[in-house]
Amino acid sequence: MGRYVLRRLLQMIPVFIGTTFLIFVMVHALGDPVNALFGDKAPDPAIAAQIRAQYNLNDPLWLQYVKYMGNLFRWNFGTTFSGQSVTSLLATAYPATLKLTAVAFTIEVVFGIGFGLISGLRRGGMADNSVLILTLVVISIPTFVTGYVLQYLIGVKWGILPATAGDPLTLQSLLLPGIVLASVSLAYVARLTRTTVAENSKADYVRTATAKGLPRRRVVINHLLRNSLIPVVTFLGTDLGALMGGALVTERIFNIHGVGFYLYQGIVRQNSNTVVGFVTILVIVFLAANLLVDLLYAVLDPRIRYA
Amino acid sequence: MPAATRARWAVIAATSLALVVTGCSSSKSSGGGTNSAGVVTAWWGDPQNPLEPANTNEVNGGAVLNMIFTGLITYDPKTSAANNANADSITSTDQQNWTVKLKPGWKFSDGTPVTASSYVDAWNYGALVTNKQVNASFFGYIDGFNDVAPTSGAPKAQTMSGLKVIDDNTFTVALSQKFSTWPQTLGYSAYYPLPKTFFSNHAGYLNQPIGNGPYEISSWTRSQKMQLRPNPQYSGTIKPQNGGIDLKVYTDTNAAYADLQSGNLDVDNGVPNSALKTIQGDLNGRYINQPAGIIQTISFPLYQADWNTDNAKLVRQGISMAIDRATITKVVFTSTRTPATEWTSPVLGAAGGYQAGICGDACNYDPAKAKALIQQGGGIPGGQLTISYNADGPHKEWVDATCNSINNALGNTTACVGRPVGTFADFRNQITSKQMTGAFRTGWQMDYPLIQDFLQPVYTTDGSSNDSHYSNQQFDALVSQANAQPNPTDSVKDFQTAEKMLATDMPAIPLWYQNGTAGWSDKVSNVMLDPFSVPVYTSITVK
Amino acid sequence: MPDQDKYNEADPLAEAGTGEEEMPSAVESRTFDLGTMEGQSLIKAERLADHPETPALEDRVVARSLWQDAWRDLRRNPIFIISGLLIIFLVIMAIWPTLFTSTDPLKCDLSKSQAGAESGHPFGFDNQGCDVYARTVHGARASITVGVCATAGAALTGTLLGGLAGFFGGWLDSVVSRIADIFFGIPILLGGLVFLSVIPSQSIWIVVAFIVVLGWPQLARIARGAVITAKQQDYVTAARALGAGNSRLMLRHILPNAVAPIIVVATIALGTYISLEATLSFLGVGLKPPTVSWGIDISSAADTFRNAPHILLYPAGALSLTVLAFIMLGDAVRDALDPKLR
Repeated sequence: MGRYVLRRLLQMIPVFIGTTFLIFVMVHALGDPVNALFGDKAPDPAIAAQIRAQYNLNDPLWLQYVKYMGNLFRWNFGTTFSGQSVTSLLATAYPATLKLTAVAFTIEVVFGIGFGLISGLRRGGMADNSVLILTLVVISIPTFVTGYVLQYLIGVKWGILPATAGDPLTLQSLLLPGIVLASVSLAYVARLTRTTVAENSKADYVRTATAKGLPRRRVVINHLLRNSLIPVVTFLGTDLGALMGGALVTERIFNIHGVGFYLYQGIVRQNSNTVVGFVTILVIVFLAANLLVDLLYAVLDPRIRYA
Repeated sequence: MPAATRARWAVIAATSLALVVTGCSSSKSSGGGTNSAGVVTAWWGDPQNPLEPANTNEVNGGAVLNMIFTGLITYDPKTSAANNANADSITSTDQQNWTVKLKPGWKFSDGTPVTASSYVDAWNYGALVTNKQVNASFFGYIDGFNDVAPTSGAPKAQTMSGLKVIDDNTFTVALSQKFSTWPQTLGYSAYYPLPKTFFSNHAGYLNQPIGNGPYEISSWTRSQKMQLRPNPQYSGTIKPQNGGIDLKVYTDTNAAYADLQSGNLDVDNGVPNSALKTIQGDLNGRYINQPAGIIQTISFPLYQADWNTDNAKLVRQGISMAIDRATITKVVFTSTRTPATEWTSPVLGAAGGYQAGICGDACNYDPAKAKALIQQGGGIPGGQLTISYNADGPHKEWVDATCNSINNALGNTTACVGRPVGTFADFRNQITSKQMTGAFRTGWQMDYPLIQDFLQPVYTTDGSSNDSHYSNQQFDALVSQANAQPNPTDSVKDFQTAEKMLATDMPAIPLWYQNGTAGWSDKVSNVMLDPFSVPVYTSITVK
Repeated sequence: MPDQDKYNEADPLAEAGTGEEEMPSAVESRTFDLGTMEGQSLIKAERLADHPETPALEDRVVARSLWQDAWRDLRRNPIFIISGLLIIFLVIMAIWPTLFTSTDPLKCDLSKSQAGAESGHPFGFDNQGCDVYARTVHGARASITVGVCATAGAALTGTLLGGLAGFFGGWLDSVVSRIADIFFGIPILLGGLVFLSVIPSQSIWIVVAFIVVLGWPQLARIARGAVITAKQQDYVTAARALGAGNSRLMLRHILPNAVAPIIVVATIALGTYISLEATLSFLGVGLKPPTVSWGIDISSAADTFRNAPHILLYPAGALSLTVLAFIMLGDAVRDALDPKLR
């Protein structure tokens, strides 16, 4: 197991280099960011050239990448075009996003698995149909609509929860964005749980456990649910990174200065320092989450082992 | 604003001055009247560039600079008239060599005096190419600019030869050409003075910029919020009527609007389009919608051979006549735009050069004549009109509506289609590198309220924002002649003669004038917008 | 069949059944009832052992019966019939929209903006004053093409790569999983802007290809997890012990048991891909205007939801109906393939 984890950690290095290089190339493929700094005016060529030199934009791409990585290892993520250090942006954005993700992830896990379990045990029942309808709603109505409607009703009209997440972020102010962010993933988790629970509830070990006279609760939690969780856990692993990096819509609606928002700004302003910096940290999260998921496989299904 | 309110406001301003200057408390009084120590929370977005006066060309950075600096002149928020502020006088006998005298005794908020060198050093800094200031071109009229900012290679000089300090309160400026309205351009943020510390401790300065304006920055959490408080050293006449402004950075205009409705935000001048239909009811009428110095246009790539013919002029006029401006401004923009009938802006006023209807019939909706003109001109070059826009801005809806209007006039549902370009940067790159093959959206926000600013940079040959690459020697000659006229009325007349040429050549179709809009909470009053659509923060009072 | 030792050594998730660690020892202390498990696998082993000398023939029999069983189950399942009819209906709408409406979806009159239903325009008008009914009907083609093709592409690629990674483990797993990680790291916005602006043609297939490129890693991870679970099952061990080849193991024994989570994720992804197309179009990198699609209409209607909800609800309803049809179809197929339900 220790060797396995070590090997996986070593594998992170090529992934890390591959991703950062890919992102670096992609941001540069978007074109020259300097003209946009001049707004609607044509840039003064001499000044544009100076700015390009400042951001190493005149170097060949590989050299820019090498320079960037060199700085990165000295924990220098560079600056944005407004002169702000990317490190300080990371320090603002990641804590906010982590809090939001924690809330959303908790909602997703608790309610997704809960609904899924209930609807899987009684297929065709009320809970099952509710999950189906919820799934259809969250898929066909975009997050920004549900976000604005919830914000308007709960935040503005009824004033039950804060309309936007303020500064500092409180659990209360993150509840609404958390629900919005979790909604689509919640549908995935609920339907995955439902299907595997329904499938496994016919399995022999469940019948046996029931036949042995184990209390239903124990059969469901220890035997049925546990063995049904592998696809769910896999999905949650892939979703964690998506929640952190892809919360742009939710972050914008609820005014959370998080990863999705800065990533978006970095992309539309074509600032490779910001984009690569944020993605670098995201990739580390992805890799850690995937490793965790693979380790969880063995916990959930003891037949799975590590060399 | 009714006259009675204004009078009351003036009295309060006079009596509460001492409180404003010394009061740092942010507590809000619960009684009637106004609370001069009350702090106003206002909508803000992240500035794009470091907060240096010559490096700020967008509205968010501009709003802050406007609060913490007072330049030589300021513009009246209502009439757009240029008034002396820090300048005592700006005079010239030949419209080319100017003498600027400052009002003595002004100070920056760090206590250091504002002198002639504060201006000369700042302008030299802004112009020097190695300082990479995006507004450097604003110093282009000053003698010696080409030495500090050659088009290529290292600068030949560090300072402009046209700037000379005479004494502490006087400096002279030699321009490279006659420019009679030059003093009226000096309210632009690029021309603000800079304190010594800007040069001695640049990094420190960028973290907390220091100016000579009505407010000073008391704290700034990047990307989150900025607190501005009245500047005790301020010597100007436009004193803050409130205890300070807290600018709050929003990720999205809708989020700000939600906060405004739920009482967490006092002034919101970034009202989203989607809220306009309900805003009157949502805010009980606490909403302002007034003209601003912004015009939106559709430009054509005149550098493409098939767009640069005499027939293509007819086609462009026809396209212009096929656009139902009245319905689009009413439906798509909820009347926050006004159909344009010329190429400047109503905020200039008649004296400033605005004259409705210069465009003539070419800007009147007439689908039948539009179709005839386009046919007469040989049809749309390439067979289909594309209107390019940057997809990261709010342009899709009006571009689609404009295309539908053209399509309906021509009886062909695919005669015109929108062409989204992913990012603003990419969009600008395609324009500046002359890659456009069809029409594209252009907008012009004035730098200062002068007709010169709407015409010279945009339509003269090699103008800094001449995106359609329109070139008409007669037009250029008239602009130069207008700039040399010592008398403002004559100058405006020449500009208008030049503008009339645009109606036939139609290098860009005027669409509509953009209004400034703002909503505010019931905690504040006296919310006004200046002609740049920025709130007049100093005048806002807290209940 | 890879070398057993190497397999066990290199595969991080090498399952117990293949090496010296016998299956029951891993099971007994935990949740499985040893007796039943063994019994079941013995029965299966016996069934397989009945015709050890004619494995090919036996294969065909099992194969035919598996898919035949499934098909027989499906035909009798009312859910399958309903979903099938729905899908046929949607496909007809996508192919011949003019059967349903003669109104031009691109003919728009701004003065009718957001107006409600009137004679000849049963769903009312959208923000641009276009007929919502005509746009909903005409939007089916682009949306269903993108949804179905992108889902099929991502599911096939993901299942193939993820399934192989899960089955073989070792370096193959490492390579596939780490490549998937790299793809996960690409923000959709950035990927879309680059991929679709570098490729000048904006045909619908480019959009489909892009969604497949971004979508497969998720399905691959789901498939990998499902295969890793399925391959420990006793009947797999038994089949392997009886000399079943890798391809037979994968197709016959593992895939039917691993397919359920893939179907679930794919059917939901179908809906999200249709929405994703709209997001891409809004970024200026998706389908070229004036293409009509549900996603584009849903996105444009979102801003005005408070004033005119009908503009959003009709295309969103059509999207829901499509997703519902495929979810039902997926459920029916999954039930039919599940041997435990027989």
